[in-house]
Amino acid sequence: MNIWDWFYVQEALPYLYRGAVVTVQATLLGFAIALVLGLVFAIIRHAGGPLVSRAMAETVEFIRSTPLLLQVFFVYFVGPQFGIVIPAWIAGIGVLGIHYAAYCSEVYRAGIEAVDEGQWEASTALNLSPLRTWRVIILPQAIPPVVPGLGNYFIGMFKDTPILAAIAILEMLQRAKNFGAENYRYIEAITMAGIFYLVFSLVASAIVQAVGYWLNRRYHLT
Amino acid sequence: MSDAPMVRFENVTKRYGSLTVLDELNLDIAANEKVSIIGPSGSGKTTVLRMLMTLERINEGVIWVDGEPLTHEQRNGRMAPAGDRHLRRVRGKIGMVFQHFNLFPHMTALANCMEAPVSVLGLSKQEAEARAAELLDMVGLADKKGHYPIQLSGGQKQRVAIARALAMRPKVMLFDEVTSALDPELVGEVLNVIRKLGAEHNLTMLMVTHQMGFAREFSDRVCFFYGGRIAEQGPPDKLFNDPENERTRQFLSAVLEAG
Ligand SMILES: Nc1ncnc2c1ncn2[C@@H]1O[C@H](COP(=O)(O)OP(=O)(O)O)[C@@H](O)[C@H]1O
Ligand SMILES: [Mg+2]
Repeated sequence: MNIWDWFYVQEALPYLYRGAVVTVQATLLGFAIALVLGLVFAIIRHAGGPLVSRAMAETVEFIRSTPLLLQVFFVYFVGPQFGIVIPAWIAGIGVLGIHYAAYCSEVYRAGIEAVDEGQWEASTALNLSPLRTWRVIILPQAIPPVVPGLGNYFIGMFKDTPILAAIAILEMLQRAKNFGAENYRYIEAITMAGIFYLVFSLVASAIVQAVGYWLNRRYHLT
Repeated sequence: MSDAPMVRFENVTKRYGSLTVLDELNLDIAANEKVSIIGPSGSGKTTVLRMLMTLERINEGVIWVDGEPLTHEQRNGRMAPAGDRHLRRVRGKIGMVFQHFNLFPHMTALANCMEAPVSVLGLSKQEAEARAAELLDMVGLADKKGHYPIQLSGGQKQRVAIARALAMRPKVMLFDEVTSALDPELVGEVLNVIRKLGAEHNLTMLMVTHQMGFAREFSDRVCFFYGGRIAEQGPPDKLFNDPENERTRQFLSAVLEAG
């Protein structure tokens, strides 16, 4: 028996490909949720009154200090006992999104706090509305510098997608494992999955860098 | 209405925790009057401007602007602390220039001056651009419209900041040590713009300054702050040549010694 057999590579390829599509889709959708929701969390944290802001901070802390897998189980398995039945796909992506929103909100918060207090004061002195102040003055200065931090969580979430297997979503790694089990050959499928994760991570970090560079230039922050 | 003061502080008290920063301040400023505020560091000068700009809430008293209360509004026939809508409306009469410019770094000089006229006053882009260009011209920066703040010197930044505030057509302009962050050779160009403003515009001006020469030459009245109170005020000639308060004398001699 060869250590490496190209036959199995060929066999596994179409099977793994479908898993890769699931993994990429879950990452993109989940991260879109995390980006938007994380920003909402950060803004509530900053703009809410003492009570609301505190509640938001506690919520974020709670999400960050329980395991992702537990949260997935909670929504998918505990929910139905109370009549809340959520399809696996929605539960999985939703929980990934919310979990990473908590992390992203801390990144955004660092960016928002780094904006000079004088920017808020000038906005008030010019009578800009709160919405306009956030959208046109604060966020364009707060976000570009923290794109690398957000990008780290993008890749982190990507690497967490195998957790979806726990609620029967056939993502990449699960398929690699299944393929191995069926054929009594693990090395090719698992290695291919590994290469896929590596390549995706490299491409993703290049994209994150480009976006960061572009945003910083766009807003003349460098 | 015409002889009502443009700005009135009525028994205004401001505290930070147990520290009383302003203690029952009373101060009237007439329309078109130029008032300078001088005094030692920590005496509450900046706080006066920040309260008037509504950057700080006051603890007691009332601030009036142009005949109506700024810090309060009538609600159910009673004076209640001003809500956001009321604040936004009255605050529109006031403009402020800061020690550290506070320009929007991601916008050109022109865009800095257009943002609020478009989004707050509802001017069209063309109107706002015309207004901004005219003001930048007035402060001597017609050729810097497309520059970003980082490409400008301190003096140029501060002149953009003045143009930006004026673009909102305020009745009252506040200046908080607007030359303190500048290299000495750039102070003159900013003071010249302020002189020009005083001469050509119908503006009530309230400025905190360490430029004693300028305060003396430019203002109608000088207020000397000490420990959250006005220790002495009067026409500049009187206050600088013949101060009555011992603290004023000490302060002036210390400042003049330092050059
Ligand atoms: N946000 C704040 N919190 C606590 N103390 C403050 C705050 N802002 C100003 N102070 C205090 O209020 C006093 C007056 O400050 P300020 O008006 O800035 O003085 P000045 O401009 O005359 O130097 C100082 O003692 C200062 O330390
Ligand atoms: Mg000050």
